[in-house]
Amino acid sequence: MADLESSFNQLTEMGESISTLLRELVAHLRESRTQLRQEWARRITEAKLLTAMSADEVFNEATAVYDQYVEALETGTFEALQTYARNLSERIIPRGVEIHEVVGIVLLLRDVLARSLFAKFQGDFGKLNRILDAYEPAANRIANTVAVGFVQERERIIREQQEAIRELSTPVLQVRERLLILPIIGVIDPHRARQLTEQLLRGIRTNRAKVVVIDITGVAAMDSNIANHIVQTVEASRLLGATVIVTGLSPEIAQTLVNIGVDLGKMTTVGDLQGGIEEAERLLGYKVVPTEEQTQQA
Amino acid sequence: MAVPILKQGQYLIATIQSALSDVDLTHLQDALVGQVGKLRSRGVIVDVTALDVMDSYASRTLRDLAHMIRLRGAETVIVGIQPEVAFSMVQLGLTLEGVSTALDLEEALLHLGQKTKRPQQRDKPS
Amino acid sequence: MINQLRVPVNSDSDIVIARQKGRALAEQLGFSSSQLTLIATAISELTRNIVYYAKCGEVILQRDDNGARPGIVVIARDEGPGIEDIERALQKGYSTSGGLGLGLPGVRRIMDEFQIDSALGRGTTVRVKKWKL
Repeated sequence: MADLESSFNQLTEMGESISTLLRELVAHLRESRTQLRQEWARRITEAKLLTAMSADEVFNEATAVYDQYVEALETGTFEALQTYARNLSERIIPRGVEIHEVVGIVLLLRDVLARSLFAKFQGDFGKLNRILDAYEPAANRIANTVAVGFVQERERIIREQQEAIRELSTPVLQVRERLLILPIIGVIDPHRARQLTEQLLRGIRTNRAKVVVIDITGVAAMDSNIANHIVQTVEASRLLGATVIVTGLSPEIAQTLVNIGVDLGKMTTVGDLQGGIEEAERLLGYKVVPTEEQTQQA
Repeated sequence: MAVPILKQGQYLIATIQSALSDVDLTHLQDALVGQVGKLRSRGVIVDVTALDVMDSYASRTLRDLAHMIRLRGAETVIVGIQPEVAFSMVQLGLTLEGVSTALDLEEALLHLGQKTKRPQQRDKPS
Repeated sequence: MINQLRVPVNSDSDIVIARQKGRALAEQLGFSSSQLTLIATAISELTRNIVYYAKCGEVILQRDDNGARPGIVVIARDEGPGIEDIERALQKGYSTSGGLGLGLPGVRRIMDEFQIDSALGRGTTVRVKKWKL
């Protein structure tokens, strides 16, 4: 009974004094800023984290993170830290910094600070305990905020890159006068299919193309929507006055096309890209002659 | 709006200059099918570069025109369909089947030259 | 900016007027050039249906920011004979006027939303919408 009472008193005391303790903690961290920050930077180097950055850069970032860390402890608000974590991630992700490094350095800081608390309050075990009770949840939340910020930023970058790849992945190439090649690689969704058609039709007009080779060797799978879209692209190209040759139909895709009953009558198909280009050259009236033969003839 | 029809050697060239009503299109059809016989033309080129819409009526009229002209012994080439127009046409299922198309006038003339080559029996042997 | 336009339809030349006005409105609303062509083509088909089947009617063009996605709405309305079998009229290749075709299945394909309301002897209203991408 007496035990229960005393622990209840302790709890009340803790609730009342948590902000006082944090204030004391923050004051200590401000006081020892120079020394703790150096210790942290040293530990980072020792653990071979952030190797993509120079020692000066590590120290500068460490200082900024340290100050943000202390501020978050003091104010109990994490928005500023969140913003900082996102900005930091934006700067370091392109340099190849990985998630384990980011989590690693934040955990190291947590260790460095905890050790300094042990050192300072080792004479008063009860107080040390109370300080750690105040410190740990806040420190965990900080680590969490930074890690989540990093992951979110990385996901944003990945989304942007996907968009960029999508733009890049339908290049309309002119290989010779009046001959365009459109290599399609990867997954075609309806959005990309439409983009592809528009790019090709404009390409035909601006390059005055007469023959187009669409190579789908790099297309993994195709459904009836996409197949019909390709057929439409072929028809639209013809309306502009260009002939389309489709190359690189895999056995699986050929099977799919026949099974779903796509009208292949309107498409000229040739086995591979090389054959397609040869056919295109024939249509354009080119004749490819090996140079040796030419010399002999001459 | 009447469409001017130009006689160029063995060919007739009709250049559409603005949006056409259904009546205008029908007039164009009548005029070309009539003149192709009168002028003994071997080919007809219809330039539709100026058209920003090619709906079912326009497509059908051009297709019918080409078929009628073939029955009159000449070839038709449609030139200058805009990329957006072509895209919209195929989505509507309008593909001008059996009608020749070309990118521009130069291509159309080249195409007609190949298509309408006659055995040159009256020419001096070269 | 104009938000709504009414185009009376009485003759074949109104087909061109309706689609030109629709294209201009869609252009103001920021549609891409390939979308403009689709919208103008749909208006052309719908207006022609009025001229050929009902002789007269009207086409209403309006900006529509309501609903799940903003875009342009085209309403083609007439008090003509109406469509007897809507299901059939929406099938590809169906036509009652000697090969002309109603163009409705095509319009349905190139627009994002399509509603038709028709009663024999009372007329037909078609409402289509194109979303802005």
